[in-house]
Amino acid sequence: MSDPNNKNEWPIFEIFIRSKNGLEHRHVGSLHAADATMAIENARDVYTRRQEGVSIWVVPSKEITASNPEDAGELFEPAEDKVYRHPTFYELPIELKHI
Amino acid sequence: MSPEINLEEQFQARIDAGQKIEPKDWMPEKYRKTHIRQISQHAHSEVVGMLPEGNWITRAPSLRRKVGLLAKVQDEAGHGLYLYSAAETLGISRDEMYEQLHTGKAKYSSIFNYPTLSWADIGAIGWLVDGAAIINQVMLTRTSFGPYARAMVRICKEESFHQRQGYEIMLGLAKGTPEQKEMAQDALNRFWWPSLMMFGPRDEDSPNTAQSVKWKIKRKTNDELRQQFVDITVPQAEFLGLSIPDPTLQWNEERGHYDFGEIDWNEFWQVVKGNGPCNKERLAARVDAWEEGAWVRDAAMAYAEWKEKEKIKKAV
Repeated sequence: MSDPNNKNEWPIFEIFIRSKNGLEHRHVGSLHAADATMAIENARDVYTRRQEGVSIWVVPSKEITASNPEDAGELFEPAEDKVYRHPTFYELPIELKHI
Repeated sequence: MSPEINLEEQFQARIDAGQKIEPKDWMPEKYRKTHIRQISQHAHSEVVGMLPEGNWITRAPSLRRKVGLLAKVQDEAGHGLYLYSAAETLGISRDEMYEQLHTGKAKYSSIFNYPTLSWADIGAIGWLVDGAAIINQVMLTRTSFGPYARAMVRICKEESFHQRQGYEIMLGLAKGTPEQKEMAQDALNRFWWPSLMMFGPRDEDSPNTAQSVKWKIKRKTNDELRQQFVDITVPQAEFLGLSIPDPTLQWNEERGHYDFGEIDWNEFWQVVKGNGPCNKERLAARVDAWEEGAWVRDAAMAYAEWKEKEKIKKAV
């Protein structure tokens, strides 16, 4: 939440880093930059000073839509009683192999 | 029971169960405010902390020392940025935090209001000041607020290099000429007590500690952390062949800890209140950097907006 009176504050970008090929980009934090190009340059200095990354994504924070923690029950609880989505729910003889 | 009280109880239950609190979760207003204050002041400390060390970059005695110090100071800038970002998740803007620093409303660690008079001070700062900071920060990796804890994990990973580069400087001087050893001893003499002050007032004079421990913002009290620091550091000073400037310091077999002398609390409060040797100089340096950088920030923003418009024009 930026001070609306200060239009000169650089926007915030969320930074995602791929630590090495074969792994996904992971959220590492955020920073301010005038634009996306500068955000990548700054992310290089702030988040990869010790070879922590091979690739950087930057996303303006205001473009991210997040679920509301208050809706967590509605969103995630329905999965709690669906044990039949897990392999151990299905009872098979133990002598059976490779299944 | 009002719904507010109920929410606070639920919140405390989550903390007690060891759950982390994330920015959009409900939290008591005081928890939010305490975090904004603590995280932003921690960030300010990292940023102001660059000043005493920056003083010696151009005069480092060798290229090896210079690249090490340069990398350390750059890390401090990075640590400030991680922490400012963590505070921003609680609804305060970066500019508001700078404003609080520049007007003196927000504090930063008093240790940075002491001058760096000789090269040995850079060694003493890395060894003692970063050593004290590590003890505090290792505790904070388990703090209850998620973004703060995550920032601390990153910071702690990087911080141990700082302490080692400082100790290596001290080791070089302590094993050097008598004049060099004298320099190292002088730096230890000047930085010992201010380092102990970094852990804050005595527990009985620290009214916020109980609430901070209850909310798992702090996991140990100021005096516990200070004792831990003394116990770790005394043998390191002995290894250097330097003596700690405290005639009352001695091992207490019964307690299993070192006993040590009383901090000059008058000096402590004087520096906190802005009357330390370098308070004015440090703050003036930050304000100058901010004001003299204004045109750069504005130009970058204007250029970004112009580029965006050009992009739209081309697309139409």
